Amino acid sequence: MPKVIIPTPLRPFTNQQDAVELPGSNVGEVLQALTTQYAELRKHLYNDEGKLRSFVNIYLNEEDIRYLDKEKTAVKEGDTLSIVPSIAGGLAWPL
Amino acid sequence: MATLTATTPSVGGLSNEEILRYSRHLIMPEVGMEGQLKLKAGRVLCVGTGGLGAPIGMYLAAAGVGTLGLVDFDVVDASNLQRQIIHGTKDIGRKKLDSAAERIADINPNVQVVRHEVALSSENALEIIRNYDIVVDGTDNFPTRYLVNDACVLLGKPNVYGSIFRFEGQASVFATKDGPCYRCLYPEPPPPGLVPSCAEGGVLGILPGVIGVIQATEVVKLLLGKGQTLAGRLLLYDALQMRFREMKLRKSPDCPICGPNRTIHQLIDYHQFCGVPQQPLAPQPQPAALEQEIEPRQVKALIDQKAPIVLIDVREVHEHQICNIPYAKLIPLGELPKRLHELNPADDIIVHCKSGMRSAKACDLLRQNGFLRVRNMKGGILAWSDQVDPTVPKY
Ligand SMILES: [Zn+2]
Repeated sequence: MPKVIIPTPLRPFTNQQDAVELPGSNVGEVLQALTTQYAELRKHLYNDEGKLRSFVNIYLNEEDIRYLDKEKTAVKEGDTLSIVPSIAGGLAWPL
Repeated sequence: MATLTATTPSVGGLSNEEILRYSRHLIMPEVGMEGQLKLKAGRVLCVGTGGLGAPIGMYLAAAGVGTLGLVDFDVVDASNLQRQIIHGTKDIGRKKLDSAAERIADINPNVQVVRHEVALSSENALEIIRNYDIVVDGTDNFPTRYLVNDACVLLGKPNVYGSIFRFEGQASVFATKDGPCYRCLYPEPPPPGLVPSCAEGGVLGILPGVIGVIQATEVVKLLLGKGQTLAGRLLLYDALQMRFREMKLRKSPDCPICGPNRTIHQLIDYHQFCGVPQQPLAPQPQPAALEQEIEPRQVKALIDQKAPIVLIDVREVHEHQICNIPYAKLIPLGELPKRLHELNPADDIIVHCKSGMRSAKACDLLRQNGFLRVRNMKGGILAWSDQVDPTVPKY
């Protein structure tokens, strides 16, 4: 099954797991399986219209899915999906 | 605002002292005399002298970058010292600019430090950045990150990016000629509150060292014109796994500031853009009505009167281990939605966290779920330490 790597800020919603193996033949299906298993993750990945949020990027192996077939991008056994959210870093938020 | 003086160090050559100091560079063909003179002629602006800015400033100074601009208006706090190694214990309470400039002068007195004691803003960013060859982004918040990016794109200056959270870091080089920018990667910031902050989320003290040193390396390579920079690549570092990964970055055809159909032609209001209140020192997310808040001393009085209140601590387990209020029940904010059944809507509930931000979110969540008798303990356990029990440590 494809593997999804969970970034630190989202690990509270996956019982602190840093990677999860999930079924699915394309990116959308795998993410669907992920947000079904961890329902609280859903609002962090998708907006109210059900679209991936613009500050969360999804990579299939090393490639941004925006430059592949987006959520229809096919995935296969051994592939790694990475969720890479923007992080502000440093000391405080807001400043 | 500081300006560059006319007495920029001569770039005609190196003194004997400098030749000895930089000898390990000079004997490498990739640097040599030619490269060292490029470093000396280099003008680098470091935005922030915190966790990232500390190693960036120190290593660039040691490497012999001729002019280092520093932007910061903060004061050294004891809680900075776990990671901001340019400042020391003796510097607590001093301006970070003073402390950083002193440390840099000690490392390498040949470096000209230019102090910008301001918050970088749409009003001053272009004027400041214009004087430099390269900008290093060592900031800790989204508004300044987008500001730095946009200013660098508009001025055509490379932006050496680094960002950290808990055990994880990102680094890249943006806004090089033909390279992608930060908005190509992330056109918009997350709304406040959706992503936890480092003040709430914490950060491994060594992490900004790793990421800052990568940024400093990229600055030196850009000045030397040697090697492959991170332009077009996003480096991801996970300290817990001790793993580096790399993602491809492309210049986005839809980028609002560097794409062919760009819609941003000048700096904008970045606080508004990021949904952050303009007043940076008043970070209350939801200005709850007065009766929805309660002072720690009033909570203590209620406890002493044996009033029927339920006190809930929404911090994380590891924070609870640092210090806690004995009467409080621990339910970390992230667990609250699925533990609502442990609470009774008929009870008088008081919620606290470290400083009052997360407990305000918890109060909102509780109200949305029908708990109407909910109050937020103002200022969190930090204020409890001030008002009620000074033996409770602050962290
Ligand atoms: Zn761009």
